[in-house]
Amino acid sequence: MNGSVILHGRTVVPGRVEGEALVSHEPISGWGGIDPARGVIIERRHELYGVCFTGKILVFPSAKGSSGWAGFFQTTRLSGTAPIGMIIGRLSAKSALGAVVTRVPAITDLDADPCAVIATGDWVLLGNSTVEVTKQ
Amino acid sequence: MFLTDDEKRMRDGAEGDAVAAAMDLLIRYGAALDAPRLCDIRNVAGTMTQPSPVKARLVAEGGWDKAFAVINLDSDADLTIPPMRVPTCQLQHGFGPDSVDIVPYPRANVDLQSDAESFYGRHGVNILATCTPYQVGNLPLRGEHCAWMESSAVIYANSVLGARTNCEGIASTGAASLTGKVPCCGNHLEENRLGTHLVSVSGIHVESFQDWGMLGYFAGGIAGEDHPVIVGDISRPDLTELKHFGAAAATSGGVELYHIPGITPEAPTLEAAFGPGAAVPEAVVYGPAERRAMYETLNEIGSSPDVDFVLLGCPHASVDQIRQAAALLDGKRLSPGTELWIMAPRALKVMADRSGYTEVIERAGGRVLADSCPAMSRAAPAGTKVFATDSAKQAHYLPAILGIEAWFGTLEECVSAAVTGRWNGDLR
Repeated sequence: MNGSVILHGRTVVPGRVEGEALVSHEPISGWGGIDPARGVIIERRHELYGVCFTGKILVFPSAKGSSGWAGFFQTTRLSGTAPIGMIIGRLSAKSALGAVVTRVPAITDLDADPCAVIATGDWVLLGNSTVEVTKQ
Repeated sequence: MFLTDDEKRMRDGAEGDAVAAAMDLLIRYGAALDAPRLCDIRNVAGTMTQPSPVKARLVAEGGWDKAFAVINLDSDADLTIPPMRVPTCQLQHGFGPDSVDIVPYPRANVDLQSDAESFYGRHGVNILATCTPYQVGNLPLRGEHCAWMESSAVIYANSVLGARTNCEGIASTGAASLTGKVPCCGNHLEENRLGTHLVSVSGIHVESFQDWGMLGYFAGGIAGEDHPVIVGDISRPDLTELKHFGAAAATSGGVELYHIPGITPEAPTLEAAFGPGAAVPEAVVYGPAERRAMYETLNEIGSSPDVDFVLLGCPHASVDQIRQAAALLDGKRLSPGTELWIMAPRALKVMADRSGYTEVIERAGGRVLADSCPAMSRAAPAGTKVFATDSAKQAHYLPAILGIEAWFGTLEECVSAAVTGRWNGDLR
């Protein structure tokens, strides 16, 4: 399906970025969930087990698990393996701090469920409290 | 976000560059959270001393001041870190010098951490070195605003103690330690602390340590990041059972607060748990089928019955848990190919040593270890392929972190596996 969809939300970290979406329908763990050295999801039960998020706009419903979440994503920035943006279904302290210290544009509180509207591989433009999705 | 005059002065550098950087992070974080203001706290539980490759590189570049600036304040500036402004403790971190001959863990990490402890000790950080600060003297009061991280400690502080903290991170606790401030939203506000989901135990009786862990794992899956309320056929839990329950609920979901009417302090009644006049949601039943499903999920990574390694004390063991393990190990001898470690806060290990429990455990071939755990330090006995634990949290995480198989069972089954080298667990 081709076409474009625009979602409106609330800015978590200001900035503008575009790139390919990587969509997780399950919450993401930081500590014990990702390997920051490689930028890869390592939780065995996870739908994205073994998938690399480096350079992608990471779309996920929420952060779960340990409070090391933000520290692990900060380490992806310091290791050059970070995602380039975050679209967060439901924000919490963990994912808010995570987006801040990863220092990538991030958005939440969208007017539609981003994990349902956006598919992995879609081209996404994130900025100005909006998300423009070009379906692939 | 509204700032008081004092907070603006900190932001503008009146208290030095490091405090200004801390306030800058809190302002960015508060904006991300859409928090209306900051609140005053005087109890921080964070992490500064835990070794990591990135931290080692930063310390080599610019010392501990640099490491704290980058990791704990998210600042690229060259800062001199002042003493902590409010009481601050270090949570669990890496293994220490007394574990060098036991745990395969890089000596460079041990040395880096020892160096960190002396730096942060001089800056007023209490090195509690445990995921359970509430077991060793950091026991916040009901209603006390805190800035804690460690998901199992956060859920315990909010739910069992009635203190108020969000699930903070390394940078927000770092900024809180230098300012005594944290964004005032989420769990800090009375109106956000009510129950959201009702879990009713029915057809089984939840009484054992194992059952409380499985119930927590279930409640986390049901409630996600919300607030489960537990009712039904449950016994009156003790500290260790709620420690296990909360750690499990924070692992399968992102639960930071739960209520058990008649047991936890903010829910004297079911009505109080959901708020006066509020509708009580329809109950999700936790019965024999759900219990069986939790057991099977926690054991789905296990296939080989040959157990190399038994891990107890997640979250860190109480003295009584160490005593129970000692009683089961008394006069026994571990299987030659199997190791058993019990993780504990150092202060409680001292009590276990003094009570003779450590000696009994060591005579059997087991160890009581402090400060850390295999998951934090990514370290298990050399060659471990299959481990067994009585902790739902550790059974969930360690296979991903170390690439090993996991068995989850009771303390008795774990000790039996350590003695025989074979897993013989079953849901009873």
